[in-house]
Amino acid sequence: MSTVAIDKTIDARGMACPGPLMNLIGAIRQGQVGQVFEVLSSDEGSKTDIPAWIAKAKQELLETRQDDGYAHFIVRKAR
Amino acid sequence: MGNDVLILGGGVGGTIVANLVAKEVADKARVTVVDSTGVHVYQPGFLYVAVGRQQPAALRRPESELLRHEVNLVVDQATFVDAANQKVVLRSGRTLRYDELLLATGSRTVMDEVPGAAGAHDFYTMDGATRLFKALQEFKGGTIVIGVAGIPYKCPPAPVEFVFLLDDYLRARHIREQSQIKLLSPLNRAFTIETTSKLVQPILAERGIELTGFFNVETVDPIAKTVTSLEGETIAYDLLVLVPPHRGQKVIEDSNLGDARGWVPVDKNTLRHSNLEHVWAIGDTTNIPISKSGSVAHYEASVAADGIVAEVKGEKAPAHVYDGKVMCFLETGHGQATTIRFDYDHPPVSPSPSRLWHWAKLLFNKTYWHTVPQGRLP
Repeated sequence: MSTVAIDKTIDARGMACPGPLMNLIGAIRQGQVGQVFEVLSSDEGSKTDIPAWIAKAKQELLETRQDDGYAHFIVRKAR
Repeated sequence: MGNDVLILGGGVGGTIVANLVAKEVADKARVTVVDSTGVHVYQPGFLYVAVGRQQPAALRRPESELLRHEVNLVVDQATFVDAANQKVVLRSGRTLRYDELLLATGSRTVMDEVPGAAGAHDFYTMDGATRLFKALQEFKGGTIVIGVAGIPYKCPPAPVEFVFLLDDYLRARHIREQSQIKLLSPLNRAFTIETTSKLVQPILAERGIELTGFFNVETVDPIAKTVTSLEGETIAYDLLVLVPPHRGQKVIEDSNLGDARGWVPVDKNTLRHSNLEHVWAIGDTTNIPISKSGSVAHYEASVAADGIVAEVKGEKAPAHVYDGKVMCFLETGHGQATTIRFDYDHPPVSPSPSRLWHWAKLLFNKTYWHTVPQGRLP
C-alpha cells in the first residue's frame, strides 16, 4: 500500500489506451496544485504513455506499482 | 407492458431507433421523437464544408422525411427529464410521459471553456465549418495550427483528416509553399489508436505537416496569436483551428442523468442506464469510453431498438448486445483514404490508404440519406 494520501482515484481498469492517460490529463486539468491522483490501469500502453506524459508535462510521478492484472500510478499535480 | 416510447434527439442514433421500433411494434406502441430543430444534419460532412468541397445545404434534410409515417415528431426542446415519474418536460411547457426513454441527445461543443479561444475556428458545427472556409479563402500564407482542446471529442480521426484535406486545399491554391501546417496532438502520436498512427505519421511527414505530441490546448492569446498547452509549451499561429471541448447536452446535466461532463452512464453492452429503469442511451450521449461518432450511434441503435421492442412486447431481454463495433473512414489526402475497424475485443486494423476507400467514403456520404436513418444498413 502507498503511504501517500490520495485525493482522487481514477479507476481506468478495462479502458483501452489512451483512456487511462486521458482521464489523468482531465483530472490534472481540473485539479489543484499539490493534489495527488492515483490511476489504476490494466492497459499495457499506460506503462509507457503515462510516465512519458508526466515527464513532458512536468508533473510528479510519486510511485508506480504492479498489482494483479493492473498498475497503479500515483501522480502529484506539480504545476 | 409499455406503450409510450419516447426518443430525445433526431440525430443518427435517435432516428434509426425510432424507425426500427416503429417497424416492429407500431401496433403496440406510440413512438415519438423530440428534436429541437426538426432538421437532420449529416455532421461528417462539416469537414468537407470547411475546405469548400461540400455545400452546407446538401447536409440537411427535414427529420420528418427520414422517419417512418408511424413515428410522431415533436419539434421542441427537452428541458427536464423527471425519471422518477417517467416524464419529460419540453421548453413549450408541454409534458410527455414515457414507458421507455431513449436519450440520444448527443454532445455539444463548449469553446468558451478555453480562455481566449472565442475567435478560434472549428469544423464541429455548420456555422464553424462555414466560417473556417471563408477564412481559408482569405488566407494568403502563414502558419495554420490545428489543436485539440478537450477529450473526448466527436470523430477522433477528424483533426488528422482535416490537416490532409487542408494540405490538398493549399496545394490546389498554390500557396502550400508559403504555408506551414502544424498538428498539435494530445497524445505522443498523431491519433488515439497506435496502429493507425503508425500508418498516418509517415504520410504527415511526407506532406510536410508538422506534428507536435503531448500538446493539450489550455489557453489561447488572440492578441499575441499564440496557443499554450497544459504541458507548458507555446506555439504561434496565423490561423487557429481547434477541436472544441465537448459536453453532454444541458438537459442531461439539468436532470442529473449523467456525470460531471453530462455523459450518461450506461451498461456498455445493453446500453441501459446504469441506475435508472426504462432509460437507455446511445451515441455521443453515453459515458462509454469509445469513439464519439455516428458510426458508434449507428451500430448501437439496433441493440437499443431490440431491447426497447422486447420491453414493449413484455419479452425477456434479447441476446443481441453491443460489442463495441466501430467503423470509420480516415481521409489521407491526395484522393486516398483508409478505414479503422475495431470492437471491444479486437484492436483496430487499418488497410493501406487507397482511392477505393476515398470513393467508398464519398459513396457512403451520398447514400446515407436513403440507408442509415431507416436502419437499412445493419
